[in-house]
Amino acid sequence: MIDWRKDVDAALEEAEREERPVLLDFTAAPL
Amino acid sequence: MYPEPRVDRLIRENFVPVRIDVRGNSEGMEQFNVQWTPTIVLLGPDGKEHHRIEGFLDVDDFLAQLALGLGHIARAGQDWNSAAKWYDEVLARFPSTDAAPEAQYWRGVTRYKATNDPSALAATAAAFKDRYSDSTWAKKASVWGP
Repeated sequence: MIDWRKDVDAALEEAEREERPVLLDFTAAPL
Repeated sequence: MYPEPRVDRLIRENFVPVRIDVRGNSEGMEQFNVQWTPTIVLLGPDGKEHHRIEGFLDVDDFLAQLALGLGHIARAGQDWNSAAKWYDEVLARFPSTDAAPEAQYWRGVTRYKATNDPSALAATAAAFKDRYSDSTWAKKASVWGP
């Protein structure tokens, strides 16, 4: 299962810290 | 899409994944200039956008676009080996997708950037004569040929 984050700013900090790319999924489907 | 094991694994192993519910979140849509759903935006570790997928795709096309985006992100970071690996993966595993000719183009650019050898571009132009010759990417690469 994918551990989806919901906080964009926190995810960007995590990505920079861990040197990993970010995938932003913009959806109108129920989460 | 996400319950599909290959998609699940590729995302888990390579990205910090974020889901943004656009309903009531116009700020997030404006921040990344998102006009439609579904939209996937791929950012490098520095937060800069390198690839975007708009609209629904089947599993192979979606996987190919994610791999293409990972190639773009690696190339932007001048990680030529990793970029070449992702472009090669698109070409080997998803040769019939729309991402494949684009991967072939950027694979050539990556070879050139890694070596400063213009023959890498000429070889890419020649490769487009055999494969994906009707694609937009073949037209773009044609200036590198003889």
